[in-house]
Amino acid sequence: MVKKLTIVTHIIAWAIAAIWIIPFLGVFMASIRPFNEIRNGWWNLHTFTPTLEGFFKAERYLRTISLSRSILNSFIVAVPATFIPILVAALAAYAFARFKFPTRDLLFLVIVLLQTIPQQAVIVPLFNITKNVGLFNTYIGLILVHTAFGLPWIILFLRNFFSTLPVEIEEAARIDGASYWKILYKIVLPMSLPALASVIALQFVWVWNDFFFALILIQAPQMKLSTQVIATMATDRFTLDWNMISAASITVMVVPIIIYAALQRYYVRGLVAGAVKG
Amino acid sequence: MHRRTKKQRLRIRRYLTPFFFLLPALFFIVIFVLFPIVNTIYLSFVQENGSLGLANYQEVISRSEFINYGRPITAGPPYGAFIHNLIWIALHLPLSVFFGLLLAVLLRDVKGGAVIKSIIFLAMIIPMVVGGVMLRFMYNDDAGVVNGFLRLIGLGNMTRSWLAYANTCLLGLIVGTVWIWTGFCMVVYSAGLQGIPVELYEAAKIDGASRWRTFWRITIPQLRSATIVVVTMTLLWVLKVFDLVFIEFGGPGGSASVMAFQMYLDAFYSFNFGTASVWATLLTVMTFGIAAYMVKRMAES
Repeated sequence: MVKKLTIVTHIIAWAIAAIWIIPFLGVFMASIRPFNEIRNGWWNLHTFTPTLEGFFKAERYLRTISLSRSILNSFIVAVPATFIPILVAALAAYAFARFKFPTRDLLFLVIVLLQTIPQQAVIVPLFNITKNVGLFNTYIGLILVHTAFGLPWIILFLRNFFSTLPVEIEEAARIDGASYWKILYKIVLPMSLPALASVIALQFVWVWNDFFFALILIQAPQMKLSTQVIATMATDRFTLDWNMISAASITVMVVPIIIYAALQRYYVRGLVAGAVKG
Repeated sequence: MHRRTKKQRLRIRRYLTPFFFLLPALFFIVIFVLFPIVNTIYLSFVQENGSLGLANYQEVISRSEFINYGRPITAGPPYGAFIHNLIWIALHLPLSVFFGLLLAVLLRDVKGGAVIKSIIFLAMIIPMVVGGVMLRFMYNDDAGVVNGFLRLIGLGNMTRSWLAYANTCLLGLIVGTVWIWTGFCMVVYSAGLQGIPVELYEAAKIDGASRWRTFWRITIPQLRSATIVVVTMTLLWVLKVFDLVFIEFGGPGGSASVMAFQMYLDAFYSFNFGTASVWATLLTVMTFGIAAYMVKRMAES
């Protein structure tokens, strides 16, 4: 009875996993086979001609920008938009975790609520502001926006982590005459490496995958980020070359997948902790 | 002029330090988040003649893109973006929570469970626009795996390009968000399961409780706080769905449009910032409602 149940459990679990992996299998197969061969289904295998042609087609598909350039643009935005908010948030999180000051709880509540707001709630004023100060169509503008938008959850997450660290070491350092600033970057941050790994993984993937902010704030065709290029490729013609678009999709998704594969434990831990705590 | 004693100076410094630490974060948040929210709400009340009033709200709410008034349910979408958001929640929430819980419980004692979890979670990692492209590929009439499967089981007469029709586009995309989001529910429930003390299960075993009974009497009640998290995060996420809808450009005849997408159309196609701000404000109010509920429940437990 129990054995039968175990077998059934295994079958159901693997069947669901199979359903979930099929879309990935599909784009992968489509990305390495010529369009004519997959036109009637990538699962037909009586002819199988592996080719990288799709990747070359994707690279040159848009006249205004190459796929590789858009990938580079995504890095140009995502790297600073990961590390700047971490620095800024670490300072604030330290204040929340270690100091008592008036308005602390109110400020904290506001920040908790702000992490839930939709991007649509801020985009019109951000569009106007960036236009007025010359940050529209600049990566700096987009990086600043991502920094601000990522801050609430990073502050929350780091504050919760800092609160679990023992205060004794910090107090000892304090008696030895270390400044709070020095304590933060010499003691607290080095002890917080697991939390920082979580934040790096989540924030980088979030910024890399973002489409909406880029769509509005970067409109010069030759400056587009990789998610915008995918969207342009997918929407500009009625019939799609599935070989080309699959190759492009694989190229763009491989970056967050590598991050996830490398930092899986931290990624999931960050997501769960962020969700559970706030 | 008297000089402050060392002690006084230290106390002032101790008082000001947290504010110095907070300053950069507050600068970013106030300029790029807080001010824009307030400004959006303000813009939603600015009427065409410059005075303040509810004209934008009246316009948006009376539009068929908001609620397609008088459209019989049997006629199929478009029902209007607001209704589509509600349908999305009504279908996506139970499905992704169910699959997430099912997988978390099953994979606890399945060989290779960690591998399966990574596979399921993969859809959460990729950009949503890529997810949108993959969905379109899956639902394609000739090249798509969905129709391939239908032909395989003898339902070849049902095949079609699912996202190209008004009455199937919305449902097709909702299935897509379940595919994407189940990984999140599963991961939170898995973490919740790990937090259940083993003694509870041992005690149930000694009492001779069946697996089924143990599940309902121990597992489900113990997952209470995980469920609150899953439900609220799912609501918040699905309310904001945009990228998938953008790839289909709202679906044929707006049949899969949602509030976030209508906001985009109003703001950056019609350049009507007033009505766009109405959509955005309505979304914000709904979001804050859910978030406030979550904060309250969290504070209770």
